[in-house]
Amino acid sequence: MSQVRPKPVSQQADLLTVDSLRVSFGREIAEKAVVRSMSFSLRPGRCLAIVGESGSGKSVTARALVGLAGRHADVHARQLSFDGTDLIGLNDRGWRRIRGNEIGFVLQDALVALDPLRQIGKEIGEGLLLHGAVSSREELAQRVIALLELVGVPEPETKAQQLPHQLSGGQRQRALIAAALALDPRVLIADEPTTALDVVAQAHVLALLEETKKRGKALILISHDLAVVSRVADEILVMQRGEVVERGTAAELFKDPRHPYTRQLLDAVPSGRPRGSRLSPSTIVRSPGRQTQPPVQSLPKSRPILLEATSLVKHFKGPDGTLRAAVDGVSFELRSGETLGIVGESGSGKSTMARMILALDEPDEGAVQFAGRPWTTLAERERRARRRSISIIYQDPLGSFDPRWTVGRIISDSLSSDVETRRKRQERVIELLDMVGLSQALLDRRPLELSGGQRQRVAIARAIAPNPAVIVCDEPVSALDVSIQAQVLDLLGDLKDHLGISYLFISHDLSVVRHISDRVIVMRRGRIVDSGPTEEIFRNPLSEYTKSLIAAMPRLVREQEIGQSSTILEEGIA
Amino acid sequence: MTLISTRRNDTVKVVSHNPLVWFARRILSGVAVVWAAATFTFLVQCLMPGDRAQIVINVRSGDVGPAPAAELATINAKYGFDQPLAVQYGKYILRILHGDLGESYQQHRPVAAIIAEQIGPTIVLAIAALLMAWVIAILTTLLIAGRDNIWSKLLSGAQIFLATAPPYWLATILLVVFAVNLRIFPVVGESSPMGLVLPTLALALELSGFFGQVVLNEFTRVLEQPFVTSARTRGMSDFGVRLHHVLRHAALPGVTLSGWALGKLLSGAILIEIVFARQGLGGVLVAATSSRDVPIVSGAVLISAGLFVTVSLIVDLSYRMLDPRIRLT
Repeated sequence: MSQVRPKPVSQQADLLTVDSLRVSFGREIAEKAVVRSMSFSLRPGRCLAIVGESGSGKSVTARALVGLAGRHADVHARQLSFDGTDLIGLNDRGWRRIRGNEIGFVLQDALVALDPLRQIGKEIGEGLLLHGAVSSREELAQRVIALLELVGVPEPETKAQQLPHQLSGGQRQRALIAAALALDPRVLIADEPTTALDVVAQAHVLALLEETKKRGKALILISHDLAVVSRVADEILVMQRGEVVERGTAAELFKDPRHPYTRQLLDAVPSGRPRGSRLSPSTIVRSPGRQTQPPVQSLPKSRPILLEATSLVKHFKGPDGTLRAAVDGVSFELRSGETLGIVGESGSGKSTMARMILALDEPDEGAVQFAGRPWTTLAERERRARRRSISIIYQDPLGSFDPRWTVGRIISDSLSSDVETRRKRQERVIELLDMVGLSQALLDRRPLELSGGQRQRVAIARAIAPNPAVIVCDEPVSALDVSIQAQVLDLLGDLKDHLGISYLFISHDLSVVRHISDRVIVMRRGRIVDSGPTEEIFRNPLSEYTKSLIAAMPRLVREQEIGQSSTILEEGIA
Repeated sequence: MTLISTRRNDTVKVVSHNPLVWFARRILSGVAVVWAAATFTFLVQCLMPGDRAQIVINVRSGDVGPAPAAELATINAKYGFDQPLAVQYGKYILRILHGDLGESYQQHRPVAAIIAEQIGPTIVLAIAALLMAWVIAILTTLLIAGRDNIWSKLLSGAQIFLATAPPYWLATILLVVFAVNLRIFPVVGESSPMGLVLPTLALALELSGFFGQVVLNEFTRVLEQPFVTSARTRGMSDFGVRLHHVLRHAALPGVTLSGWALGKLLSGAILIEIVFARQGLGGVLVAATSSRDVPIVSGAVLISAGLFVTVSLIVDLSYRMLDPRIRLT
């Protein structure tokens, strides 16, 4: 059913050819294979992007190309060849010559894709040693440093000696790419190379991949986010449930998406869409017995202040034993019914601040007032009764659930004890599930049996269960695919309108924050560098830092823009 | 772990970054453990039922009847039993500091000398068993982890069987099969390397099963980690990945267990020494316990405490070598 457009006439010979690839696991029948009738070809200096949500089969496809689809995987294809070498039925020795040497592979999530017990330099040099590309220790060290320089890791001599967890997220991802590029392979496959990175690091990694393409490498880029691939990709395959549903150049797809799923993916990208507009096609929020209020458009100053933070300071001891201010004199106020976005890269002090707002950490200086009364200065015993008024939604809902509890118990656990009878509690839980768009059939499921989007909905139901006035959302959509992210963002927006909750919305993703917030604070190194109404900040950012963040935002590159982007990324590596 | 403690914000622990400070702390706490053990053995000696002088006389003469008062007084004066407890304790600790563990009631010789003569073979046996247990555990794990065939199931089953079988029973079986029937190894009491094989095996098999299961679980878990696939995408072979990446991770819990295991091996060795009639601490201890020769038993307790402290220090040091994150965070 793929919507095929005529292919451009090829100038160069194909490097990688895939025809009718099918990957299945165990006893699956052919129609239910994880990947079905996948075909494409790739030439040097070109980039093919495979886009789809998790579980669509894109990662399995990529792994099949290096013969690592898994021990129980059954790989079939009419043709699967690299530069004239038939890859079907290749023995282990043959595959090992190709892997690393001819096809470099960058796995998803650099933190776990690098051996946590080995130095970065050893990891990068491993391929060189395996394929006998270096003759001496000195040469190996030189090559490793040159590779780190190539991918733009600062202080390569020091970093080569360090362990993965000592590098920043962006540096780790670069190091992983360096390891894949070590033997100068002709094809580079990158699986979600920018997921979990903040915008600035993300932009740098994309620029690096673009540069790699310009050096004549053939690139396969895998992502759930169309905005991310749009800058680099020459051709995009949209995958859904194991099949390619649409293919075309970036410009073609964005201008004229033919398949509804492609349209859905495009709509899910929050950037460049008017604030308040829906991102997903269908999120039904029902709130029985409640009058639906019209969405709040503008916020009069007269709304009461709910949370007020004054000159918050929090110090931590750094690795060298010196005190470092994680939050350094931050003041803000959150008004009733308002969404305040807090933006910043990892390490900017956002989460530390969230913990102080929740009164889990005591500020070293300053204080938080809640509903006009002291909050952080109280003794825990006095505070406990009011704790229900502030809820939290975490980035990783799975980690915040007891894996042995059912959905029903998880939600019921955070109901107020005023709901006395068992029946009333059960009814309320079902009502809450309904409000977050989940069916009551999920009541007896356990967290591991839910999809990522369902889990975050359960987390939201749990957060609204005690009727809080404020919900602190700490990166609530960062671990989700764009299409799921869109649904969750819409849900949060609807709940706010219906229940009049205020959000403190923490994220590294500017487009998400822009979409949902009334006002925005930009944080850097523990301080506020910009604050104001959302559109004002995005239109006229005051600080250089905010400007660079906004410039680094990935957006859908429409046809006319292609070719004139990619100059904005050369400044300011953190 | 340290990683978590720095992230948990409320109670940020200051991790000692200077290895020398860490080492000095460990030595001090080790000394404290040995001191506690010394105090304990002292109290046991004082609080044991019965008059100590009477016990000494009985042990020496083999009689059970009460001794004349004059004889008791001589013994009391000789061992200082008539002095206040605090003085006795002080003298006891001082003597230990000088390496004097007292004198055996029965043999009239310094305890330190008796233990020194006998402890060598016991330590050799225990360490040999530990090494062999590790070698067996690692070899089987490298071969069977993450593979789904009949051999891996059989070997894994064998590990569980070995982990639960009592070593003295294994020892007897080994003796009967390899020494009596097949005559490959000497039956009893030989101190040659050949004589070491069967006792070591008897001790090591149980532990290898135990280690094997622990390492195997961790190994299987680590095999699924993305960095393993990452190494394979660089062209590393399956076995290469197991050896260079996975084993190090999988060994960590095993290393932690090794300290505990050596303590277990030392006590296990005593049993095995009896079964194989080997020279070693086993015979001495059994004789001393049955004849209430308290100084020897106390000395052995003290030496074991010292050994245990040393071994855990070695274990912690090797853990820091295997897991560089601990050093650097």
